[in-house]
Amino acid sequence: MRPEPRLIEVRKNVLKQNDLVARSLRGRFRAAGVFVVSLVSSPGSGKTAFLEKTLTLLRPNYRVAALVGDLATENDALRLARSQAPVKQITTGTLCHLEAAMVQSALEDWNLDELDFLFIENVGNLVCPSSYDLGEDLRLVLISVTEGEDKPLKYPTIFNSADVALVTKLDLAEAVEFDWDVACRNIQAVRPGMPVLKLSAKTGAGMDEYLSFLAARLSELRQTVTSV
Amino acid sequence: MHELSIAMSIVELAEEEAQRREVWINVVHLKLGALSGVVREALLSCYEMACEGTALQGSRLEVEDVPVVIFCSSCQSRRPLSSMQLFCCSECGTPSSEIVQGKEIEVVALEIQECAPNPV
Repeated sequence: MRPEPRLIEVRKNVLKQNDLVARSLRGRFRAAGVFVVSLVSSPGSGKTAFLEKTLTLLRPNYRVAALVGDLATENDALRLARSQAPVKQITTGTLCHLEAAMVQSALEDWNLDELDFLFIENVGNLVCPSSYDLGEDLRLVLISVTEGEDKPLKYPTIFNSADVALVTKLDLAEAVEFDWDVACRNIQAVRPGMPVLKLSAKTGAGMDEYLSFLAARLSELRQTVTSV
Repeated sequence: MHELSIAMSIVELAEEEAQRREVWINVVHLKLGALSGVVREALLSCYEMACEGTALQGSRLEVEDVPVVIFCSSCQSRRPLSSMQLFCCSECGTPSSEIVQGKEIEVVALEIQECAPNPV
């Protein structure tokens, strides 16, 4: 006869493996003094155009590189390579998000000490990436004016996992009658206090403010690292 | 949909426990936060698939939904969220981003059965 079943208590975080890898990545990033920014958004919100502009504008003054995640194709890496910065594509196959281990293996032959900024473009998806820490210092969530003002209300989880919201494709705002105040109100409703920046990668509007923000965060990071 | 990879992690984790304790696992109890980014129904249907061919085959996943709780700096206390679309104190209305509960994806208990010494 089989013994009676009984209940035992355990406490195991299901994403522990990912969190451990992310923690180790974060340690490596700190030690190398590289500031790591990840980008999440729905497909087609302009992550790649925005990243290409970012890399191009930062490159004269900073050492920059990017990892870019997609289900298939190397198209994004090819586009980003036009910025002359080192770029590597992570092809996830059927996986709808990046995990810390993918970032770790993509970085294997890169020397982090030679970088100031590393950008990680996640797979276009407003759901799945929210659960996975990639070891980044800053997570940007992008929302383009063409998507409508209520994206934050529909995807509160991803907005909660991010640090800064970027409203992109500002050059199209008028054409689609984008309501800036409503969008800001919605972002603040699901993530009170979240900084919001608006810009257009196409015209370059708003890019200066965003780049100074990044530069300030990099020097902050370097100060904490040297003062430890 | 990333629920299959989450389900596979749950199975892997439970299998390790089963081996270590030399037991069978009938039920895995999971706490799932409303801000975890994981959909309960999708996870349940993936779980069965993830169990196939493992020591967990035939086991069941029990999911306990965990609501979001924030810390209100005005009330100086923990408050449940009244809506996922409005992160503010349910009592005084002060906005808050300080999440104290609701992100967990955690195996909290296992219903086990000792392996019979001489299985027939």
